Amino acid sequence: MALLDVKDLHVAFPRGKKDEVEALRGVDLTLEKGQRLGVVGESGAGKSMLAFAILNLVADPGRVTKGSVVFDGQNLLTMSDRQIRRIRGNRISMIFQDPMVTLNPVLSIGTQMIETLKAHRNISTREAHRLSVEKLNLVAIPSAESRMDAYPHELSGGLRQRVVIAIALLTDPELIIADEPTTALDVTIQAEIMSLILTLCRENDVALILITHDLGVVAEVTERLMIMYAGKCVETGRTRDIIDAPKHPYAVGLLKALPQNSTRGAKLYQIPGSMPPITNLPSGCPYHPRCERATDECRAAMPPLENGVACFHPMHEDAEAAQ
Amino acid sequence: MHIIAFLIRRAIQAVIVMFVISLIGFSIQDNLGDPLRELVGQSVSEAEREVMRDDLGLNDPFLVQYGRFLGKAVQGDLGNSYFFKRPALDVIMDKFPATFELVLGSVFIFLALSIPGGIYCAINHERWLAKTIMTASIIGISVPVFLTAILLVWLFGVELGWLPAFGRGDTITLPWGWDTGFLTADGLAHLILPCIALSSIMLPLFIRLIRAEMMEAMGTDYVRFAKAKGLSTPRVRYVHAFRNTLLPVVTVGGLMIGTLIAYTILTETVFQWPGMGFLFLEAVNRVDTPLIIAYIIVVGLIFVVVNTIVDFIYTLINPMVKLPGAKS
Amino acid sequence: MITWRGFLKRFLSDPVAVGAGIVLLILVVMAALAPWIAPQNPYDLLQLNIMDSELPPSWRTGGDERYWLGTDTQGRGVFSTILYGTGISLLIGIGAVIVQGILGVSIGLWAGYRGGWVDSFLMRLADIQMSLSTLMIAIIALALFQTAFDANIYADYAIIMLIVIIGVAEWPKFARTVRSSVLGEKNKEYVDAARVIGLPARKVMWIHILPNTLTPVLVISTIQVAEAIMTEAALSFLGLGMPVDKPSLGSLIRSGFEFIFSGSWWITLYPAIVLVALVLALNLLGDWLRDTLNPKLRRGDD
Repeated sequence: MALLDVKDLHVAFPRGKKDEVEALRGVDLTLEKGQRLGVVGESGAGKSMLAFAILNLVADPGRVTKGSVVFDGQNLLTMSDRQIRRIRGNRISMIFQDPMVTLNPVLSIGTQMIETLKAHRNISTREAHRLSVEKLNLVAIPSAESRMDAYPHELSGGLRQRVVIAIALLTDPELIIADEPTTALDVTIQAEIMSLILTLCRENDVALILITHDLGVVAEVTERLMIMYAGKCVETGRTRDIIDAPKHPYAVGLLKALPQNSTRGAKLYQIPGSMPPITNLPSGCPYHPRCERATDECRAAMPPLENGVACFHPMHEDAEAAQ
Repeated sequence: MHIIAFLIRRAIQAVIVMFVISLIGFSIQDNLGDPLRELVGQSVSEAEREVMRDDLGLNDPFLVQYGRFLGKAVQGDLGNSYFFKRPALDVIMDKFPATFELVLGSVFIFLALSIPGGIYCAINHERWLAKTIMTASIIGISVPVFLTAILLVWLFGVELGWLPAFGRGDTITLPWGWDTGFLTADGLAHLILPCIALSSIMLPLFIRLIRAEMMEAMGTDYVRFAKAKGLSTPRVRYVHAFRNTLLPVVTVGGLMIGTLIAYTILTETVFQWPGMGFLFLEAVNRVDTPLIIAYIIVVGLIFVVVNTIVDFIYTLINPMVKLPGAKS
Repeated sequence: MITWRGFLKRFLSDPVAVGAGIVLLILVVMAALAPWIAPQNPYDLLQLNIMDSELPPSWRTGGDERYWLGTDTQGRGVFSTILYGTGISLLIGIGAVIVQGILGVSIGLWAGYRGGWVDSFLMRLADIQMSLSTLMIAIIALALFQTAFDANIYADYAIIMLIVIIGVAEWPKFARTVRSSVLGEKNKEYVDAARVIGLPARKVMWIHILPNTLTPVLVISTIQVAEAIMTEAALSFLGLGMPVDKPSLGSLIRSGFEFIFSGSWWITLYPAIVLVALVLALNLLGDWLRDTLNPKLRRGDD
């Protein structure tokens, strides 16, 4: 049995009195124990929405309108509040994008760690304190003991994200969902934090959903990959396979746009146009206005996800030839 | 910023404010109060008056006179009230407990109602009760304190006759000379209406403020993160979200101290509450200059002390120890 | 920014705003036309008859047709005094806000544009003055004036004193708002451009920055008029504001207060209703303007 099995997940926001706008339009994903999945797409594609929807934490006034999220045999979306709280932060942890605003500014690091442990384990404060320091050491925070009394504003951005990672690891979760964990950090420490997350997941056999817009990072960290566009999954499969031979024209475009894939001195490639807002999607395949392979068929109907790609005219062997 | 540096800065500021207030007090005495009026009648000739002025030091340079005023003021000597023929400071301090208990009672009422009310309206902002409270609060803000007070007197004091509407009722004198109305049933009954009236504008204002701040906090990433950590709903709401609304609430609370003192004058007038504000208005009508000066100085002192306490609380609950107003 | 058309459309689609607007319009028109529509002139002692004092409203037993809302203790028609009193309250409210606006906008522009120690000094001063509270400053200032001057002189200058004191005491609200808008505008390109072509600082401030700060100024002006009217009413109620023979709404309430308990409730009730309606209408309009034009401003957050 898969660790996590998401089926046909829909998230909608109300527009006006009666109308609704869908931010997620039917997403499936499967994750085995200890597996690492990358979710890639432009901003607004619904990546973060997916992360929050898995834990049923979509911000008001949005809500999950359809689908299921089965974690270890239980559907998280039909659970009571009390039941899902035993999963959140315990068996599934999250790492947010911006460590500057993830930690509560008026509570000490220690308080924010100990409260997490005490919410899930029946242990003394002293024991919780000891375990917290242990995790701070694990994420290589210098003089961990004294940091317990520090407040978030006293730490640098990189240290704060390490604290957030330590909090995510506190309860030895089976799955960590990391929503662009390095985007808000200095370029110089992005790699450091990313490799920390990778090492910790590997060593502790923790599954990871890594949400990012950086295909380069995904290639290094994850085994499986899912590419999202306008609230839908357009291509999914083994990371290696997609990087080597992308099938969806959007995936091709994303890979082509990577700086390391362009010839030295040549102009960087950019996919023409921009992603349509979810409030104003074109008919048929949402990518067709930007797609050079689009036909009338694409403009008329949304292609189903078959063999890991949602496209009527996927790239095959000729993809290589075309480049 | 360190706590010591903060305290020193506050102390300097307090001294400056008190200096300005004492200067105002002195110039009032210098220009409005004629000490001779008290001492002598009309029969004394102008030459004799001039001699007396010299004796009393009234012809000394401004700074010398001000220094003398300050020296006396520091020792608690602010002159005698013309009307009561007693030291003005004593007269004021006799009325202090009445005003203090009035403020204490109303602060209690508005804290006890505005915090749960504001939190409720933030969490259930779509419910009809929350919307009703919000509508009522804007009406509440638009009704002046003295009208609320008159309405309460008329409705509960006169028409229904449920509660006493004038004065303090029975009080007990505590060993250190403090008259309290908190310890008798009659005293407590007399406190109810004035306290409600005094809290009537602060209450809607703070409900709106707490609601707005709480709603903002509930939408932040750290509250979302707290939820993602699997914390209980009360812990997310009251520890994570509410703790962050305290900072702006304390800041605005600090800004309201002066207004609260002004409102005590209005409330005491309507309820004929024998406090400092009521005394002050009487002093104005009687042109009792020493009493007016004593009131201004006592109120200034109260203001400085309470403001320092509020700022101190602010530094305690704010780990960043940012001074209010020093943000930018 | 929204267009005038869109502004009007949003206004008309909000029943609360329209209602508040209508109430305000009626009160302003009635106050402005008071000399023509009031049945009596309450300032004209010849028209007053002490025999007519404390008459109840005309529809109650003992009422007199000439006095729709009854009369006060001096025999003045309550309806007429309300018409004139509303005018005085509005005059003081608007006058005080004009003073506040001129002072506050100038200081705010200067502080925001100059920055540095000028800015920190002025803003610290604003903090202290705001926490002292306008009402408290006004009470003390007016109490001193009353002690210093003869009652007749005081009565003559009361209206000017009220406008000046409430105006001067409230400058920090405008100054802070304008200052923060200036800080937002100061580094924009058009200001740089004006500076580069050598326009003097004063010109840059008044011609280029000021127009862009007017939206928040408009928003707080409405609420400030409401607050000034409330402050004036409180002062007059304490006997520190408008004298009884030239009453504002606050002094009308004061003059009737003693007589509620002897049964003459109408002397207090009707001016009180008008005062609350006036302040409420202004507050609702102010809130609506703020939500429409500048959602970032919030009451109590200043």
